Amino acid sequence: MSNLKNPISITANNLLDGEAVWLGSNGHWVKSVDSARAFFTEEERKIAEHAAARADAENLVVEPYEIEVKMEEGAPVPLKFRERIRAQGPTIRLDLGKQADIQSQAAAA
Amino acid sequence: MYRYDEFDREFVAARVAQFRDQVARRISGELSEDNFKPLRLHNGVYLQLHAYMLRVAVPYGTLNSSQMRMLAHIARKYDRDYGHFTTRQNIQFNWPKLADIPNILEDLATVEMHAIQTSGNCIRNVTADHFAGAASDEVADPRPYAEILRQWSTIHPEFLHLPRKFKIAVIGSSNDRAAMQFHDIGLEVRKNDAGELGLRVFVGGGLGRTPMVGKLIRDWLPEEDMLSYCEAILRVYNLYGRRDNKYKARIKILVHETGLEELKKDIEAEFDRIRDSVLKLPEDDVEAIRAYFAPPDFATLPAEDSGLKQAKLDDRSFARWVDQNVSEHAQSGYGIVTVALKDTGEAPGDATSAQMDVLADLGQDYSHDELRVSHEQNVILPHVKLSDLPVVYQALTEAGMASPNAGLITDIIACPGLDYCALATARSIPVAQELSQRFADLDRQNEIGELKLKISGCINACGHHHVGHIGILGVDKRGEEMYQVTLGGSADEQAAVGEIVGRGFSSDEIGNAVETIVNTYLTKRLADDETFLDAYRRLGALPFKEALYPAKEAA
Repeated sequence: MSNLKNPISITANNLLDGEAVWLGSNGHWVKSVDSARAFFTEEERKIAEHAAARADAENLVVEPYEIEVKMEEGAPVPLKFRERIRAQGPTIRLDLGKQADIQSQAAAA
Repeated sequence: MYRYDEFDREFVAARVAQFRDQVARRISGELSEDNFKPLRLHNGVYLQLHAYMLRVAVPYGTLNSSQMRMLAHIARKYDRDYGHFTTRQNIQFNWPKLADIPNILEDLATVEMHAIQTSGNCIRNVTADHFAGAASDEVADPRPYAEILRQWSTIHPEFLHLPRKFKIAVIGSSNDRAAMQFHDIGLEVRKNDAGELGLRVFVGGGLGRTPMVGKLIRDWLPEEDMLSYCEAILRVYNLYGRRDNKYKARIKILVHETGLEELKKDIEAEFDRIRDSVLKLPEDDVEAIRAYFAPPDFATLPAEDSGLKQAKLDDRSFARWVDQNVSEHAQSGYGIVTVALKDTGEAPGDATSAQMDVLADLGQDYSHDELRVSHEQNVILPHVKLSDLPVVYQALTEAGMASPNAGLITDIIACPGLDYCALATARSIPVAQELSQRFADLDRQNEIGELKLKISGCINACGHHHVGHIGILGVDKRGEEMYQVTLGGSADEQAAVGEIVGRGFSSDEIGNAVETIVNTYLTKRLADDETFLDAYRRLGALPFKEALYPAKEAA
C-alpha cells in the first residue's frame, strides 16, 4: 500500500445549484470540507476516482477533481489557498458562501 | 435607444425556450456536462469557484431604467441581492441556480436583454464609449455602428466557432474612453473633409498574456463598408488564426506573426471581393438605426445654472463631486454624471439591488430614461440637467454612490479575482479595498490628480492591469499571492502597455509599494498639473525603481 505524498479529497459542484461539494464517506457528497473524506493511498485514490466518475456520470455533480489536503483535528483542510477560499466563501464577503452558513448556524445555536 | 423589432423578439424568445429545454435535458441526465458545457457558455453561464455565474450582455453599455430595474429584480429574486458590473460593460450574477437560469433569461427578455454570446469563441458584446450621444467632443454617436455590428454578429453562422473569442469596440470621438485600441477590432467614427462619416479601423489589439496595441489597418473606411470590412477581417482570421494553441489563438497573434502588411493584403482582397455584396449598408438602413439613437428632447437652457453655482458654494462635498464626476455635455445646460461604484472599501463594480433601483429611478427621472455601464465599472447618467444635479447628488449620497472620485486613484478597476473566479491566481478585490482605504483622503486624491489604477487577479487581465497608469497583476508564487507592478500603461488615444518595474510584492507589501510610487511621482512632478502618466513618460521607470528597490540601488 503506497502512501500519497499528501492526502487528497475530491471536490466538485452540485449540478443543480452549482454549490461546491466534497466527496464524503459512503459516496455521499457533503457541503463542508470538514466532512469530506480524505484518501491516503494510491489504492484509496482509485476508489475516490471511481466514486467521482460515477457521480459525474449520474449527473449529481459537475467537473469533479482532486485536491491535496492536510489533516487537522481529524478533518481535511485544503492545502491550496484557492481551495480554502472555495471551502469558505469570498474573503471579502463573509456573509456569502459556506462561511455564512457556519456563521448563521453558530448564531442560531 | 434601440428597440427590438419582431425578429429580435422572436429570436430571443426562441433562444430562451431552447435553453430551457437544454437545461431540462441536462438535469434529467440526457445531456452530459461535455455536451452541455458549450451550450451553457453560449448563453453566458459559467461555472465559477463557488457556484454558477451568469453574464448578461449590456449592448454597448446602454440601458434604460426598466432594464436596470430588471437587473435589480434578478439580483433580489434569483441571486444574493447584488450584481457585478464588468470591464466589458456587462453585468455578472455570482450565485444563480442552474434550474433558475431559464427563468432569469425569460425575465430579461421582457426588457429586451439576454446573455447570448457573452462567452465562447464568438464575437462578444460590442462595447462603445460610455459617454456616447452625450460627449461634447463627439463626431458622431458610435452606438448606431455598434448596434449594426450587434445585429450582424449575433448568431452569425460563420463566426460562432472562431479560433478564440473576438471583441469589437467603437468610439465616436478622437478621445478614446473605451480602450478601443485594445480590442480585436477597434473602430473610430470620423468625418472626412467632405463631411461624410466613415471609420478608422484598428486590428489586433488586446490584453491578456500577450498585450498588444491595435494596429491601424485603414485610416478611412466609408460607413457603408463597415460590415464588409469587418467580415473580411473575421474571415481571414477564421481561416488563418491558430487553433493549435489557445494562448496564441487571438487575432493579435496572427497579426503579430504574419505581419500587418501581409495580412492586410488578404483582408483587402477579400474586402474587394465582397464589398458590393449584401453587406453593403444602405443609407436608409443606417438612418433607420441612427433614428433609434436620436438625441432626447433636450430643453433649451443656458450654459450655466445659477442654482447649481449657489449649491456648490453652500456645500463643499457637493462641489467636489460636481467638479470630479460631472463631465461636459454636448447640450448646453446639461452634464454627464459618473456614478462611481467605488465607495471607500467596497468591491469595484458591485451594486446592490437597492442601489440598482435608485439608479433606475434617477435614470428615469433625471436622465431621459438612459443609463450606461462604463468599462471602468461605473454607471453613467448621461443626460442630467445642471439644475437637477443637487437632487441627484442627494439621492446618490443616501444610496452610498456619491464617491467624488471619478478618474482619481481610488476609481480602481478590479476583476473578481480569486474570491470568485475559477481562473484567478490571486485575489484582486482585497487589494483594491486596501488601496481605496489607504488613499481615502479626498484632499490627497485631488492632490495626486488623474491616476488610473487597475488590478487583475491573473494573466488574462480582465482588470486591464497592462493599461493602468499603475497596474497590478496578482500571481501565485509557491502558494503565496504576489503582486507584480506595471507602470505607464494607458488605454486612451495614446495607448500604451505598462512596463513591469521589477520583482513582485506580497499582499502585505503591495499597499506600501503603491504609496512609494505615488510619493515618488509627487516629489518628481514638474508642476501640480503634470499628471502621473505625463511624469512617468518624461521620467521613465528608473526613479520609481530606485524608490521601490532601494537595497538593490545600494548594492
